[in-house]
This record gives sequence, structure tokens and C-alpha cells, in this order.
Amino acid sequence: MVPGLITAILLLLFVGSCIWLWRPDNKPALDAAAQMPLEDDKEETP
Amino acid sequence: MVGIEGSYNDKVVRQFAVMTVVWGVVGMLVGVIIAAQLYWPGLDFDVPWLSYGRLRPLHTNAVIFAFGGSALFATSLYTVQRTCHVRLLSDKLASFVFWGWQLVIVAAAITLPMGLTQGKEYAELEWPIDILITIVWVAYAVLFFGTIAKRKVKHIYVANWFYGAYIITIALLHVVNNLAMPAGWFKSYSVYSGAVDAMVQWWYGHNAVGFFLTTAFLGMMYYFVPKQAGRPIYSYRLSIVHFWALIAVYMWAGPHHLQYTALPDWAQSLGMVFSLVLLAPSWGGAINGILTLSGVWYKLRTDPILKFLVVSLSFYMMSTFEGPMMSIKTVNSLSHYTDWGIGHVHSGAIGWVAMISIGSIYAMLPRVLGLSKMYSTRLIDTHFWLHTVGVVVYIASMWIAGVTQGLMWRATDPETGTLVYSFVEALNATKPYYLFRLGGGLIVLSGMFVMGWNVFKTFRLAEASTAPLAVMPPDAADARA
Repeated sequence: MVPGLITAILLLLFVGSCIWLWRPDNKPALDAAAQMPLEDDKEETP
Repeated sequence: MVGIEGSYNDKVVRQFAVMTVVWGVVGMLVGVIIAAQLYWPGLDFDVPWLSYGRLRPLHTNAVIFAFGGSALFATSLYTVQRTCHVRLLSDKLASFVFWGWQLVIVAAAITLPMGLTQGKEYAELEWPIDILITIVWVAYAVLFFGTIAKRKVKHIYVANWFYGAYIITIALLHVVNNLAMPAGWFKSYSVYSGAVDAMVQWWYGHNAVGFFLTTAFLGMMYYFVPKQAGRPIYSYRLSIVHFWALIAVYMWAGPHHLQYTALPDWAQSLGMVFSLVLLAPSWGGAINGILTLSGVWYKLRTDPILKFLVVSLSFYMMSTFEGPMMSIKTVNSLSHYTDWGIGHVHSGAIGWVAMISIGSIYAMLPRVLGLSKMYSTRLIDTHFWLHTVGVVVYIASMWIAGVTQGLMWRATDPETGTLVYSFVEALNATKPYYLFRLGGGLIVLSGMFVMGWNVFKTFRLAEASTAPLAVMPPDAADARA
């Protein structure tokens, strides 16, 4: 019973996190984060 | 001229990058020697130090912890500085981590051929070296997380999550699996016994694969694939799901190394099920890396570094499909203890791990030397083809040898129930493939020598221009006080 409940809670948490992550409000911040490796290109290459 | 705090600490990055190449050559050379011993057993010359049983752990420790480890130290310390827009927490600590890790490797290179071992696969080193590893690892954790703590941007880039998870998990695995009672300076007894010992060992062993050889190298992927492609990662959202799914699932897959043993049956099934579930995050992450090239696939024609990175992901997908398949009990009954396992491990090790490391070192080294590119792009391309052909020859020969062994070992006469083949008959059937494996290994090793030459010449080019690089100011929108 308890392991089943824990599994169900974890599953819902995972699905809920995915839904939260894909909210349109998050897009600008995540797009900006994705640019991080590219930011220092001009600085580093002579 | 920028002040110390206003520049990156690239000295430790350069040191680890060079040692990646040095230990790569050494580790793969020992691998070639033991591959030759399996074909010509007399090559140990009856010298105990050169016996297969002592050199094999030397090979695995050298390629995993010396070559792979140095690549991870180099790239993680490079990535954390660039994505946090800050110098490493402490130059002295960075220096301690470098020299401490080299000391661990040298201690391994001395003690393993002497036959000093705990007898645990990938955890062979005796207790004094284990304590040294723990001290160096804690210093590394303080250095890495301390640098993140003083970052100048709000967001922690996803590559650092992967590196961070690897640092924490390896500390946990190393300490728990190596708990032992010393019986002198060079001998100890594990605190575990029987099936529990086996379970703890393969909880460690598989998560060494999962967190040292996978999670950390995925950190490398999330920084260097976008960097080299000149495009952001295909889906940053997917990278976050990838991270949490992977670290939640990997921990449970260890028992698949113990199918059909004294381990409780439920634990074996648990290991199998979690291994199958692992396919989803593994492929999700790899596809995320590969699709980063959407729109710039043409770069593969001219950029051998990108070829290294993308082909490494292909091998990653192949081995993370093969692994779950081999964990299925019915498949495992054929594949376990055969050379199929060796083929599988090497498609992951020299296909995925070595190729992503080599590609990342080629991408990073000119940047920390103040150059725009390596000495010779043509030599990188030569290295790429040597490595790729070598890996394919190696793993194909081991697959054929492994399936042959599995089928011959299990063949029984339906009338009498006796085995059809003796062990030596199966050995004779697989022996030709050991020669092919040796050939594949030699081709991979020759590629590493090409890399060594290219790195040496790049350092010579850079001798005049090693001024420290200024820390990049953060974007105003993401800046942190």
C-alpha cells in the first residue's frame, strides 16, 4: 500500500514537473539559459 | 592586463587536458598489451607484474579514472567558470586537486601490477589510496560547488547540474563500497560479505558507469555540442527532464550485473526493469544532443571535432539500447560472462566516453591557449577516422566472439542432456576474433598518438600567447549581485 502510494506520488510529481516546465511563461528564461555556452565565444577566440 | 580575480584559472584546465592525452595513450597501450596477451598468452614472459590478472585492472583504472577522470576534471572546471562568469573558488585548491589526482593514478600504477588489490572490479585500490581519493574528491567538490556559489549569474547551466550530480554520487558510491577493515598497509577486508557484498559492489559498479561514465560526460555534451555547433541545445526543457529522469532511475539498475546469481530474484527483476526504463532518458538526452545540429548539419563536412561529438552520441545511443536489452534475463542468460559484455563496454567506453572526451578536448584546448584552432584540423580528421574504424572493428569482433561463446556454452545434447562443447572448443572458436580485437585496439591507439602529436604542436604554437583570459561579464538580465 505505502510503496504503491509513494510510486503514485512520485509519478504525479514527475508529470506535474513536466507540465510546469512546458508552461509558455517559462520559455524566455529557458531560451536565455540555453544561450549560456555561446555567450563567451567572441571573448575567447582571438 | 586583467587581474587574477578578473580572469579564468585555465592553468588547471590545461594541466588536466594534457594528462587526458597522456593517460589516454598509457591506458589504451596497456589495453593493447593485454589484448595481445589473450591471443599470445606467452607475452607475460612469466613475470608476475606483467600477468593479465594484474594488468587488466591497471588498464581499466587508467582509462576510466586517469584518462576519463582527467577529461572530466578539465572540462568541468572549464565549463563551471565560463557558465558562472567567475574564476574558480581557489587556485591552491585547484592545484591540490590536480596533483592529488595524479598521485592517486601513480599509486594505482605502482600497486596494481604488484598485485595489491581489494578484488572489487573498478574498486581495486587498497584502503590508503581510497582515503587519498576521498580527500581529493572532497577538495574537488568544494572547488566546483564553491565556484557555483560565487557565480555572477542567477541560473546554473544544465551542464553543471550533470557535473554536480556526478561529483556527489561518486563520493557516495566510493565511500560506501570501499568500507573495509585494514589488515596492514596493503591489505583490507570488506565490511560486507556474501550476496550483500556482491550487491553493494554492483550498486557501485553500475553507478560508476551511470554517474562517472555517463552523467558527467553528458555534462560535457551539454556544453561542448552547442558550443561547437554554434547553436543552443535543441530543447533546454528536455535537458531538465533528462537530468531528473536519469538520476532518479540509474541508481536502481545495478542488480542486472547479478542475474542468475545468489541475489534474491526480486532484486534481479528490479534491476532488469529499471534498466529497461533507462532507455527513455538515455535516448531522450542523446536525441537532444544530436538535434542540436538541426540547421547546421553541413558543418559535419568540414568540422572533425563536431564529427567526434556526434558520432560519440551515436555510440551512446547504441550502447544504451544494447545495455537494457542485455539486462533482460533471457538475453542475459546468453550474453553474460561472454565477450559480448566486453564489446558492449567498449562501445560505451571508446565509442561514447572517449569520443566525447577527445572532441571536447580538441574544442577546448585552443581556447585555453589563446588560439583559434588546433595545430592541424586535418590530423583531427585523421584521428577521427582511425578512432571510428578501430572502435567498429573492436566491438564487431567482440560481438561475434561473445554470441559464439554463449551459443556454444549453452548447447546441450537433447538425448543425453550433456554439454555439446568443451570450454576449450569454444575458446578455439573465438580465438581469431581476439586478433581482430587487437587490431581494432591498435588502430584506436594509433589515433591517440596522432592526438598527442597535434596537442604537442598546438602547445608549441601557443607558447607566445598564454595571457589569462578575462572573465566574461554576465548578461544584465541574468546577473546576480
